[in-house]
Amino acid sequence: MNTVVCIKQVPDTETLIKVQGAGIVTEGIKWVMNPYDEFAVEEALRQKEKMKAGSVAIVSLGPDRGIEAIRTGLAMGADTAVHVNDAAYYDKADPYATAAALAAAIKGLQYDAIFMGKQAIDDDAAQVPAMLAEMLGIPAITMVVKFEVAADKSTATVTREIEGGQAVVEVPLPAVFSAQKGLNEPRYASLPGIMKAKKKPVDVKTAADLGASEGPKTVVKEMTLPPARQAGKVIAGDDAAAKAKELARILHEEVKIV
Amino acid sequence: MAGTLIYAEVQKGEIKKGSFEVTSKAKELGGDVAVCLIGKGVEGLASQLAKYGADKVYVVDGPEYENYVTEAYVQAFKQVADTVSPAVILASATAQGKDLVPAVAARLGVGAISDCVDLKKEGDKVVAKRPVYAGKAYAMVEAVADPQVIAVRPNSFAVKEVAGAGAVEKAAVSLDASKIKAVVKSIEVAQTDEPDQTEAEIIVSGGRGMKGPENFKMLEDLAKLFGPTATTGASRAAVDAGWREHSYQVGQTGKTVSPNLYIACGISGAIQHLAGMGTSKVIVAINKDAEAPIFQKADYGVVDDLFNVVPALISEIQKVKG
Repeated sequence: MNTVVCIKQVPDTETLIKVQGAGIVTEGIKWVMNPYDEFAVEEALRQKEKMKAGSVAIVSLGPDRGIEAIRTGLAMGADTAVHVNDAAYYDKADPYATAAALAAAIKGLQYDAIFMGKQAIDDDAAQVPAMLAEMLGIPAITMVVKFEVAADKSTATVTREIEGGQAVVEVPLPAVFSAQKGLNEPRYASLPGIMKAKKKPVDVKTAADLGASEGPKTVVKEMTLPPARQAGKVIAGDDAAAKAKELARILHEEVKIV
Repeated sequence: MAGTLIYAEVQKGEIKKGSFEVTSKAKELGGDVAVCLIGKGVEGLASQLAKYGADKVYVVDGPEYENYVTEAYVQAFKQVADTVSPAVILASATAQGKDLVPAVAARLGVGAISDCVDLKKEGDKVVAKRPVYAGKAYAMVEAVADPQVIAVRPNSFAVKEVAGAGAVEKAAVSLDASKIKAVVKSIEVAQTDEPDQTEAEIIVSGGRGMKGPENFKMLEDLAKLFGPTATTGASRAAVDAGWREHSYQVGQTGKTVSPNLYIACGISGAIQHLAGMGTSKVIVAINKDAEAPIFQKADYGVVDDLFNVVPALISEIQKVKG
């Protein structure tokens, strides 16, 4: 089975975000592969291993530093990569423009399925899977927690998370699948994997090389920080029971929730 | 402006509260408010939308809409959108809304703005405020062209009843069945009346300090005392330990929530967790570690053993409720 995995490099979840104009201060940030994309890479690798055939291609839009996340994917076991390395395009890219660049890069590839994280944990938009599918003219199944493909690779039967439960959906391939936590347990890159990754081919393109020129459809005007929360009142009391009694009074009389 | 078109979502035979919230907000923003209601046997619900500000409700009703399938709903909604040609499209950013909205936008050839918590009008544009980095920052975003497609996080706006009755019209929609490729084979929904964490007004959440899965029972008991708008949550530590399903996880790799009341039990308050619940209106923290970062965010802190505090709190609240 041939798969494409779309990944994005994002600030590590430990990052304290500082804003600057319509963006964030990128100095000092530790960049990692988007955690949801790790599930996507893992699933693609598992499908290839199960079928004992095929290849896994990483596709990523990002500036120079994005290569590190791509190498992580290659070190996990992906075979090839396309790096749409275009800082000018990336800086302005909204989900639509991102999907357009990825679609342009994917059009030249062979694939039965496209995997990606359900959202990137930077802009949290969760739009690219559906938009990419629309641009490629194939279905998107989002929030996938279980993935099985028919032996003839004609269809996939997937379980997706829905409100309050799960739905099992059958879809003909190719299709886009967005990975939710729970799909699998991503592997760590092994040391030999990391060494091998250095020699794997990475095709570097600009958005213009790929003919992706439509540009963003939404614009960030400004970034702000949430108002700082002040530490509140520590509830006094001789023992847990007294504190609980006071808390119940507060919830009743001050918060007015009980 | 040419008005707003709203996607109204039906779950378990009822219109979601978030759909009423965006209808009320659309009325406040001004212009005509049209709503597209899709489902099987939903026509009878249409009049409810008028109460919250819908001038016109387009109903797409049929057996083919019994289960939500992205492509069928996108086709139906787009046909209604083509009729209305709205300047703005709004939907509630529920699980279904998050799936539908970007697909609709892409089909219309425009962008979308996800999971917004506030909207304001500047000329012909709606400027949307949305949390990014799981709430560590906010972005003010606007669309470059109409329709401006915007999904709004549940609980962001109040529902407001208005006078006047909206018209209800059956929309003539034809589906291209050849394009509907995904088939829903089965749906399994837990038999619970608990709201989703993103829509709950009260969340009682547990972390590593809960010590094991069996102890979440008392958090469920506490949540139940707060009524049907309350549910439970969990920190990443509790989910990674296998004590709770991932669907309960609050934080950067879980759900971002903003309930009226968030009670954190045995949660230390890692930056990823604080990002995910920092916009809660009132935060209560119960933790025996006085140095836990959660206390820096909490409106009310109880420094004590949660295994003593929570059961006592349950009985005190029972007393208050009589």
